Amino acid sequence: MSLLPNAAVLLGKELRTEFRSRELLTTTVVFILIVIVLFSFTFDPTSDESRRFAPGLLWLAFLFASSLMLQPCFLREQHNDTLSALRLSVSDPFAIFLAKLAANTLFLLLTELLLLPLFAVMYNVPVVPVLHWLVLVFFLASLGISIAGTALSAISAQARMRELLLPLLMLPLLTPILVASTEVTKSLFERTPFVQWKGIGFLAVFDLVFLTALWLFGEYLLEE
Amino acid sequence: MTPPPFSPVGLRFQNIDKRYGGLLALRGVSLVVAPGECVVFAGRNGSGKTTLLRIAARLVRPSRGTLSFSSESQAGDARSIRPGFVAHATMVYDELTAEENLLLFARLQEVEQPENRVETLLNEVGLSDRRASLVRTFSRGMRQRVAIARALLHEPSVLLLDEPATGLDPQGVTWLAEAIRRLRDSGRTILMSLHGESDISSLGTRAIRLDAGSIAADTRTGATFRSILTFADA
Repeated sequence: MSLLPNAAVLLGKELRTEFRSRELLTTTVVFILIVIVLFSFTFDPTSDESRRFAPGLLWLAFLFASSLMLQPCFLREQHNDTLSALRLSVSDPFAIFLAKLAANTLFLLLTELLLLPLFAVMYNVPVVPVLHWLVLVFFLASLGISIAGTALSAISAQARMRELLLPLLMLPLLTPILVASTEVTKSLFERTPFVQWKGIGFLAVFDLVFLTALWLFGEYLLEE
Repeated sequence: MTPPPFSPVGLRFQNIDKRYGGLLALRGVSLVVAPGECVVFAGRNGSGKTTLLRIAARLVRPSRGTLSFSSESQAGDARSIRPGFVAHATMVYDELTAEENLLLFARLQEVEQPENRVETLLNEVGLSDRRASLVRTFSRGMRQRVAIARALLHEPSVLLLDEPATGLDPQGVTWLAEAIRRLRDSGRTILMSLHGESDISSLGTRAIRLDAGSIAADTRTGATFRSILTFADA
């Protein structure tokens, strides 16, 4: 069973190339930063208003940024036809997906955690008391975005108008994640915070269902 | 380098069609390649050479027909036969060094002692002094050498070479011809597409001309062999 060792080797490659170029992380951080700052200046929200709409704004920014981040995921592999080299080398093509979605989850999570303090300051929301719950929501939502986004990136990379296709496919598909993570985050920002288990459960089930689908059908997405 | 013992592998293409949208790239190609044969495919651009090699590499699924491998030890287990493939594109990462690229693919292919194998291949392709350089700083010929080293990492019993001399200088072509000769003489099955006659084409034991996705000529001998490579009438 070489799935996990292969995925680990590929994850190492993804991390090495990204931390060498820092293209994705820089672009995504700057994009989210611009959105958060622009909205804050435009609306100048009070504390109560922030509690109401800041979670939605935060997750919209994350979602749009993730479509930027996921775009090059498989596009990069087309440059020198390295995807073919990977397909020839791994025993199980799911290892390619596993490595890419793990890398995307890590990058997205890192971006979210980097920008959380700025978000807390600009929108005056208390994140420290509920930080551990926020990290859980961030992780589950980022994982879901990465699973679906990685699969869609593999599809769109082979299509014409690929740059437009990914957001067009991804944003509607990820609407349930947007709604659930916004609801859970909103409940954590209430004056009396509470954990909305229904939303967390939904995110976990979404991740599980899409991961299983990718495991079953991913091989076909890589075919020419 | 002493090649390890391996079972010679043959290939059988049965009535293969490949359609890309409205374009029929291969039309009913049936072909048996015996274990240890060195087959040269010739043909004009768009004749189907690359598609046939990519089907042999199992990168492309035929629209119709089947591909099977025959091996004494691996009969019926085609997935365990992993051809080495050199394509038009180099199939290596520009943003990794030559050594990192080869180590990556060696580890994915579960090559034993990957560091030693990479060291050997870097020496063989003459890139040991540039091992730590990013591939994007390499010339086309140097990238092609990395690509060839990548294809040989797991010492494949079947080697698929799609115009392997692309970008190589005359010394590089001579080196490649010698490398292919050693691989052929060790009993590996080699399928390669080439344009015209060269030191490399003379290594072929069989020449096949593809024309508009079909086999137009197939020979193992003499004047016909040359005519297939030069597109002349035999």
